Amino acid sequence: MSVPFSFDHHARRKLVNYLFVALTSGATLFAIAALLLILYSLVVNGIGGLDAQVFTLDQPPPGEMGGLRNAWVGSLIMCLFAMIIAVVIGILAGTWLAEYGDGNKLAVVVRFLNDVLLSAPSILVGLFVYEILVRPFHGFSALAGAVALAFLATPVVTRTTEDIMRLQSHALREAGMALGAGRGHVIRNVIWRASRSGLVTGALLGFARISGETAPLLFTSLGNPFLSFDLTHPMASLPTTIFQFALSAYDDWRELAWVGALLIAIAVLSINIIGRTLTRGSISK
Amino acid sequence: MTFDISQADQPAMIIDPPHDRILDVKGLDFFYGKTQALFGVDLPVARDKITALIGPSGCGKSTLLRCLNRIYDLYPGQHAEGQILFHGEDVLGTRRAPGGLRDKVQLAVESAPPIDPVEAEGVLRVGGDLARLRARVGMVFQRPTPFPMSIYDNIAFGVKLHRRVSKSQMDEIVEDSLTRAALWDEVKDKLHQSGLGLSGGQQQRLCVARGIAVEPEVLLLDEPASALDPLSTAKLESALVELKDSFSIVIVTHNLQQAARISDYTAFMLLGRLIEFRPSTDAFVAPETEAMRDYVTGRFG
Ligand SMILES: Nc1ncnc2c1ncn2[C@@H]1O[C@H](COP(=O)(O)OP(=O)(O)O)[C@@H](O)[C@H]1O
Ligand SMILES: [Mg+2]
Repeated sequence: MSVPFSFDHHARRKLVNYLFVALTSGATLFAIAALLLILYSLVVNGIGGLDAQVFTLDQPPPGEMGGLRNAWVGSLIMCLFAMIIAVVIGILAGTWLAEYGDGNKLAVVVRFLNDVLLSAPSILVGLFVYEILVRPFHGFSALAGAVALAFLATPVVTRTTEDIMRLQSHALREAGMALGAGRGHVIRNVIWRASRSGLVTGALLGFARISGETAPLLFTSLGNPFLSFDLTHPMASLPTTIFQFALSAYDDWRELAWVGALLIAIAVLSINIIGRTLTRGSISK
Repeated sequence: MTFDISQADQPAMIIDPPHDRILDVKGLDFFYGKTQALFGVDLPVARDKITALIGPSGCGKSTLLRCLNRIYDLYPGQHAEGQILFHGEDVLGTRRAPGGLRDKVQLAVESAPPIDPVEAEGVLRVGGDLARLRARVGMVFQRPTPFPMSIYDNIAFGVKLHRRVSKSQMDEIVEDSLTRAALWDEVKDKLHQSGLGLSGGQQQRLCVARGIAVEPEVLLLDEPASALDPLSTAKLESALVELKDSFSIVIVTHNLQQAARISDYTAFMLLGRLIEFRPSTDAFVAPETEAMRDYVTGRFG
């Protein structure tokens, strides 16, 4: 009597199991297929125009020869500037949350705000920075762009820092303090060191988050057809240039837009891969 | 076999060590929040001897050990009452590092209480702050805790906190402490490689070396061999026996043979109480209390 029952039960469980595996692998395949399709179209459309001139020449007037130098240099400058701000604030804030945040009401608030910012639409951040840094000074500037990007990258760094530092064992902290070191000394010289690859990962993920952002830059750094190193003036960036070129009526501009998109994709992808590899290393250690 | 809890209420059976007491625990109560984990513990720690703490797990051995260097202080909510005398001064009266925010806030809030000159003097002589106490009472943990830096830097870390030494002095200290921890021969060619690359047993001896490099007077070890294989355990044990000429050692151990092999005194704990303390030579042959007899003959625990 119990034999057929358990057989049924077993068969049903197997069926459910198969279904579940089919569903999850189907969804995974779908996601991978979508990613491959995007990459495929980027490569097909972008690889043709990818040559040395892309890196050495500034953007051309329609119909002339040119590249994306002003854009990629601008992106690099603003992203680096944003990352300096994000890394300093993010690592300090994340450290504070991880080390001193337990049972602290302010930490609960800070963590909540950080999570809100983490998922805030970037266009809102752009508008906000427009209101505080562009309008009052009557002009778009690379500085405003970098600040807008920093608003987006900081929460990523903060979050990763807190998570990674909480992974470090109490024993390690106690070992430092048992030698007579103060809490801050142990954090700076032992815990940060032990979390090093995680901290780098946080920075890389933050960088990946901002390197393709367009919306916040449209309101802040605007764009600039010429190479510029002046933080107080408008500055070109890859995403805004792509935005401008892709919507244009000129074939050669549209081709440059594809090349720019391919560049961003390669940068983001490699940063993500490096970041993930580093995290895996630090967690399995 | 079950144990009659009422036995734990008997006064502790303490055979006084004929030696100098470097640490003297008196009537120590310990609390994790509201949960009491130690009840009126008395423990003499003889100078330059090895004292073993034994007892079933959860009886409070680690808790007692963690009181001796106040490492529990890291966790708000944990606190101790009673006395732990170190050179005649109460360790529990030792303050956090002066100038800490907490002290400033407290000083600002409390109108300065009248200071008992004797107590104030005592606090000052221990050094007045936990850093100085911990420089004199070192600790090695159950799991090896090498810092993520080179073997050399692992040892230099603690030394630099307390003394300003030249490069050549530091080289000497590193070699000396590694030698005393019986690790020098194994690592002398890779001092600048990461301490994380060592085996578990080597890491634990590195932690011992790191602890003694600071030249503490007391060394606390919490089941230092529990994660090690027998060979590494034997090396660690022989290093400890060598070390007791210059350090007073308190070691928590699960392993009764280990306690019998290396310790001079043995303290048996049960349910947060210290039940019996006596020279190790007779602790394992003729325990006074029924509880300890049951424990060392393996009838419970
Ligand atoms: N962090 C803690 N919070 C609350 N209770 C604890 C904590 N650590 C230990 N205890 C309790 O204190 C008692 C003694 O623990 P412990 O000193 O670790 O025992 P032992 O080292 O002898 O195994 C146990 O009942 C344990 O559950
Ligand atoms: Mg323990």
